[in-house]
Amino acid sequence: MSPESETSGGLKTELTLGLPGDLQVQKSGIKRGFSEVVDLKLVNDSKAESQPPSTTQVVGWPPVRSYRKNLVKNCKYVKVAADGAPYLRKIDLEIHSSYQDLLTAMGDMFTCLTICNVLNERKLVDSANGEEYVPTYEDKDGDWMLVGDVPWKMFVESCKRMRLMKSSEAIGLGAAAPSTPSKGSSTSC
Amino acid sequence: MSEDEELPDLVGGSTRSSNSTAVSGGGDQNYVSPSPDQVLENVIENVLYFLTSRHDRNAASLVCKSWYHAEALTRSELFIGNCYSVSPCRVTNRFKLIKAIAIKGKPRFSDFSLLPPDWGAHFAPWLRAMAVSYRALEKVYLKRMCVSDEDLAIAAHSFPILKELVLVCCEGFGTDGLAIVARECRHIRVLELVDSDITDDEVDWISCFPDDVTCLESLIFDCVESPINFEALERLVARSPSLKKLRLNSYISIRQLYCLMIRAPQLTHLGTGSFSTLEIVAQGEQEPDYISAFAACKSLICLSGFKDINPEYLSAIYPVCGNLTSLNLSYANISAEQLKPVICQCHKLQTFWALDSVSDEGLQAVSAACKDLRELRVFPVEALEDAEGPVSEVGLLAISEGCRKLQSILYFCQRMTNAAVVAMSKNCPDLVVFRLCIMGRHRPDHVTGEPMDEGFGAIVKNCKKLTRLAVSGLLTDRAFNYIGQYGKLLRTLSVAFAGNTDLGLKYLLEGCPKLLKLEIRDSPFGDSALFAGLHHYYNMRFMWLSSCKVTRHGCEEVARQLPGLVVEVIALNEEDKETNEYVDTMYLYRSLDRPRADAPRMMVRPPLIVGKALYKYKAGLPLAGLKISRSPCGSMYLSS
Repeated sequence: MSPESETSGGLKTELTLGLPGDLQVQKSGIKRGFSEVVDLKLVNDSKAESQPPSTTQVVGWPPVRSYRKNLVKNCKYVKVAADGAPYLRKIDLEIHSSYQDLLTAMGDMFTCLTICNVLNERKLVDSANGEEYVPTYEDKDGDWMLVGDVPWKMFVESCKRMRLMKSSEAIGLGAAAPSTPSKGSSTSC
Repeated sequence: MSEDEELPDLVGGSTRSSNSTAVSGGGDQNYVSPSPDQVLENVIENVLYFLTSRHDRNAASLVCKSWYHAEALTRSELFIGNCYSVSPCRVTNRFKLIKAIAIKGKPRFSDFSLLPPDWGAHFAPWLRAMAVSYRALEKVYLKRMCVSDEDLAIAAHSFPILKELVLVCCEGFGTDGLAIVARECRHIRVLELVDSDITDDEVDWISCFPDDVTCLESLIFDCVESPINFEALERLVARSPSLKKLRLNSYISIRQLYCLMIRAPQLTHLGTGSFSTLEIVAQGEQEPDYISAFAACKSLICLSGFKDINPEYLSAIYPVCGNLTSLNLSYANISAEQLKPVICQCHKLQTFWALDSVSDEGLQAVSAACKDLRELRVFPVEALEDAEGPVSEVGLLAISEGCRKLQSILYFCQRMTNAAVVAMSKNCPDLVVFRLCIMGRHRPDHVTGEPMDEGFGAIVKNCKKLTRLAVSGLLTDRAFNYIGQYGKLLRTLSVAFAGNTDLGLKYLLEGCPKLLKLEIRDSPFGDSALFAGLHHYYNMRFMWLSSCKVTRHGCEEVARQLPGLVVEVIALNEEDKETNEYVDTMYLYRSLDRPRADAPRMMVRPPLIVGKALYKYKAGLPLAGLKISRSPCGSMYLSS
């Protein structure tokens, strides 16, 4: 039981037997939102017994745990898969304001990829082998679309998940996308 | 060998004399009659060995001192309902042979952000004590406790034959900790992570299980929100022949699920992960035969998951529907039309969880098909006060008419009527748990405009086995009068935005002798109601009052009169000299030991003083003050 620190297998676990509450490194889940919402609670408390305000949210009401709350169809967290990457990642579309912003984040996430803006098309390139990746997404109707065609907000609302597809496999996707005539040219990779 | 030689002779031993002729039949002349005390101890230890219920054991331990000691020596399973009710060392001093322990920490309202994040319920002090005294520990069950990675590492090292680790609604650790458990706990059979908040340390913990055949029987990780090394998981499942329960997280696609299922057709409990295609599928690639994978699982009785369901795949589960006793679709946003073809085949279903997206119509289908249903939970897709609300009294009524064996219900809705609740009280007399959440605060019966008093009154009156109740909607003191009058077996009660006056709480505290856990928020109950329970608080595990009308003075008075209680108070005003101010939260519980020293720490003025302490949280906002009060048993004092 003596304190020891392990650095095997990429783990950097430092064991200490400190008193509870003394722990320097405390992992607290992001889901418990007490301190952020106490102010809100203060505001609503005085009204709790009289006419309930119709639109103000009360802390902890209805009593549904936080992990059950993201079940409305417009979920802002979307999964991102990249061809060849072993793990899926998740990205919060809400915190980005534009496609450029989003691509930057994806470039950070899959660190081997850098953004390459060629002819106004948005692609990510693997600097190691020059392989091009095209960001695509699945919309509410289950169709796979190229990222960037619709206004940003509309994209955020309708996007269910994303794929970084190898350019070579994105053939045919452009043809299925609606409206813009320039799409035809972008699919011949 | 005759039995008499193995067990003490009860007849001979019970006569107090040391008459050595009163020996066991057997005629063995060398037999020396044991002393009565020894006989008594032998009897007790042998008989007590068979007592498993903690209630029976608690009763046995109260008979006399020797029964107390014998019981303490033979108890192997320990249940601690409130981690602060007793200190770990008191426990390890009394019980020597513990193999299984269950510890519960934070009160349930912490799930809804009503407690500060560093409130407490740390596993570490328990772990420290047990690491010394219970090295043969095999089973650990923790609920609403703070567990760190370090704790998991220490547990793995201290309990070499740990077989079961179940963490429910816990937090404070991450996949780092899971990696340690996987690697170090060589005998682990059950590893279950349920509804816990687990940080993603970007560690491939699945690969940390040893390479040889495992004795895993249950691996539940559906709440772990981080990617999984699927190839490693596949190999793990392949080398775990005893695996019966497997619950995957949402990072596992349906294709990957298929691969796992064909390797583990012996599964009885399956959590299906995302249940959709997450990968890119090349054009023209064949979909695996999901139906045949389900058909091969002949023992499957419990299905859950469906975290990102593509409803087109739901038909794959048809082959197992007829065997299912439990189906959890509470993450699947599906319609009545999508539910019907599934549910109509689930004739043996006893437990069903769903989202209200299935609407009243879906519930009618449940009612028609699931005649054996015991437990129903309907969760809201939109947990808002004024959302659409696709389920209502219609669904509740339908369920009550079709599912007469119902024992437990949790039902979220936007509108309800007394008539439907009354009907359920009559149609489902076996109800043990009735939890109705009308999401709009103070909402009356939407047809009559009346309060919901009569509905809940009927429940407590007609459901004679009821032990757990949660009320909602517009409720007057009359509802509480009913509960106090009829709720004689009630143990757990949850109240929110209800009641008119102190009478409401008084009715409860005076009328419900079995009341063990009482949680109340945003209801107008004040000090005089608080005092009405003084005769009963020692029989309770805890009482929670938040945003009610109890004052600091009232809380202090309770603490003063009942030395066996700890009264924790959270007050919003840092500088409250005013003892007439309402406190924000009062949490009282019986405790054999000193008030805890690990209450949220002050950032500004160390150290923590038992008595009055004020806290500022890292944000720098004067958010909350926590004060521990204890009546003066000669030592502790309240400063004002």
